[in-house]
Amino acid sequence: MPKAKVYITLKPSLLDAQGRVLLNALQQLGFETVQEVRVGKYLEIALQPDGDPRAQVEAMCQKLLANPVIEQYRYEIEE
Amino acid sequence: MKAGVIVFPGSNCDRDAYHALRDVLGYDTEYLWHADAPDLSQYGLIVVPGGFSYGDYLRPGAIARFAPIMDSLREYAARGGLVLGVCNGFQILCEAGLLPGALTRNLSLKFRCKPVYVRVENAETPFTCRYRHGEVLKIPIAHGDGRYVCDEATLQQLRRNGQVIFRYCSPTGELSDSWNPNGSVDHIAGVANEQFNVLGMMPHPERACELLLGSEDGRRLLRVH
Repeated sequence: MPKAKVYITLKPSLLDAQGRVLLNALQQLGFETVQEVRVGKYLEIALQPDGDPRAQVEAMCQKLLANPVIEQYRYEIEE
Repeated sequence: MKAGVIVFPGSNCDRDAYHALRDVLGYDTEYLWHADAPDLSQYGLIVVPGGFSYGDYLRPGAIARFAPIMDSLREYAARGGLVLGVCNGFQILCEAGLLPGALTRNLSLKFRCKPVYVRVENAETPFTCRYRHGEVLKIPIAHGDGRYVCDEATLQQLRRNGQVIFRYCSPTGELSDSWNPNGSVDHIAGVANEQFNVLGMMPHPERACELLLGSEDGRRLLRVH
């Protein structure tokens, strides 16, 4: 059964308020090599084996899963 | 005049809006259930209220925009009907593409619940024609995702067209980061569509209609007829 792994993050041009706080927290914990943190969403979507999973997931991202005004997405399909 | 308040699962300012529209403004007001898709042409104003529709799952407003009532609302707005989206309602209207831009997490990451000051930037819309240009209003906010963002081209267009309707400001009307409660770009608190019949704003005018509640600066905004 194909499984889609979808990653959604804020566009690089947008300030990620959560990522900024995590960056500070990590640096305070001594992880001084951390340069930037971006927080996103990770979704796993199980699909029926028939059809074109790539085309379906692309449409899902455009219609619902990501807001193209503020977010970017990428995905992998596992057979 | 007939007014409608849309009710989604998770709306929590629907009763505030209903009270303001019916008891303060005196409109013949009805709740509109999200799963219905009625003809809205007899209404003079539709309010998309605040709250957490569908639990804000995925993103605020992301699920609500597919509710059957939104088809009715799109048709109503396309014919020039007046639509006011407050807080979560603003988020929903942006997700639905009825307004430009999007609302993201407050820069502070904190839920901000307090009165703020906003400046009327365009007093020639159906919602703001009873205010003076530059007038400062005291209206409460209550949100965690209110940082308005849009791309640079959209921002230029909003400014050029006068679609920025409210900006966060100091009590005397100055713009500064310290009076911007969520980090919105250009201090934007409310925007309208190009036709000015759809307005979205994070502050809650329906909670600022009676002096007993601290301010009645929002009342004139709801007096659309």
